[in-house]
Amino acid sequence: MNDQSPSSSEFLKIDCARELDTVSIGIRNALRRKLHKRGLVVGISGGIDSSVTAALCVQAVGRDRVIGLQMPERHSAEETLSLSTVLAEYLRIRQVLIDITPILEAVRYYEMYDDAVRVSVPGYAQDWKSKIVVTDIHEAGAYTLFAVVAESPDGRLVRGRLGLDSYLAIVAATNFKQRIRKMLEYYHADLHNYAVAGTPNRLEYDQGFFVKQGDGAADIKPIAHLYKTQVYQLARHLGLPQAIIDRPPTADTYSLPQGQDEFFFSVPYEIMDICLYGKNHGLSAEDISGHTGLPPVRINAIYRDIERKRAATQYLHLAPMLIKEVPEIAHVR
Amino acid sequence: MNHEAEIRKFIVEKFLFGEETELGSNTPLLETGIIDSTGVLELIEHVEKHYAIKVNDDELVAENLDSIGNICTFLNRKIAKDSVGPGHHE
Repeated sequence: MNDQSPSSSEFLKIDCARELDTVSIGIRNALRRKLHKRGLVVGISGGIDSSVTAALCVQAVGRDRVIGLQMPERHSAEETLSLSTVLAEYLRIRQVLIDITPILEAVRYYEMYDDAVRVSVPGYAQDWKSKIVVTDIHEAGAYTLFAVVAESPDGRLVRGRLGLDSYLAIVAATNFKQRIRKMLEYYHADLHNYAVAGTPNRLEYDQGFFVKQGDGAADIKPIAHLYKTQVYQLARHLGLPQAIIDRPPTADTYSLPQGQDEFFFSVPYEIMDICLYGKNHGLSAEDISGHTGLPPVRINAIYRDIERKRAATQYLHLAPMLIKEVPEIAHVR
Repeated sequence: MNHEAEIRKFIVEKFLFGEETELGSNTPLLETGIIDSTGVLELIEHVEKHYAIKVNDDELVAENLDSIGNICTFLNRKIAKDSVGPGHHE
């Protein structure tokens, strides 16, 4: 099966059957030789990345050794629960559903988030919806700016730039969600002597679009080497339900629908994929201009932003820093 | 304290833990990793409070903020234009 996505470039095409073998062997080897665990827990959101990751885990170890954890909360999109259920039923894996709203209420997440938004959008209340967006970070010379976009119950949209304190308060609060979900994944992994499979694709992994000790935590990350376009190719090859493939990518973190390109990448994933590939393979901005529909000057700005994000998010990949190496376990680190 | 000395002091204390290495007036702050996107917000907050000015969205560009020299040029222009006065800077 091949990928018919109109913007999918030839150089991102993969041999899906071969890739399935590679990932399956990699997962089994990791479980057997390094992790010494009997199966895998995957947090499933009904999005493409977690769906493909769960399907790959099933391919690798069989459906009886995979648990799909559904962890919606008050602000989750409706499709998060419905599509993750569709996936679990399609794969015939064990489903565990935990609504994390009461946990988030207990840590005062909703209050803290609303208070932080109210600094930029006076009048913001619980019955409003909101999301965080970035300005166009690839315009020449412009800095990344974060803004909150809020929608009142009567549909009025208000936008306000986030200052330092409210930005940090929103990041700290929303990171709770990812860390609570990961805590529950590890609980269920411990319960069954399983490992936790993380779901970042290459764009997210490379550019640091994850929460440290949150969705960034895992024992194995089966699709971290695959560009998002390639994840879609695998989804089609695996025959995953079309509704999952058709769902627009979303961070599913805020109450208003939000694409990753609004929050982090600033251009759609198809374009980011090609730019990241081009940068990784030494292609010039002129080389890939025709594949992206963007002028070379814009691609060079994206290339610079890729470098900046790598540098800025390097700490997310780091294991805890030691002042002196402990040689007896240096081979593990 | 003039603007350059004050901004340098802020950057050295806030981002370099007091260790002033080779921080020239034209050293690019973002490219050299001295500040990142959160650091930009810290810098904006500092200049807005210290100089009693409001930095507009369209002013948040490297030309205005990416070196000590650029920041000082921006501040001089901004303070003169806004005529808000120098605030409480020393």
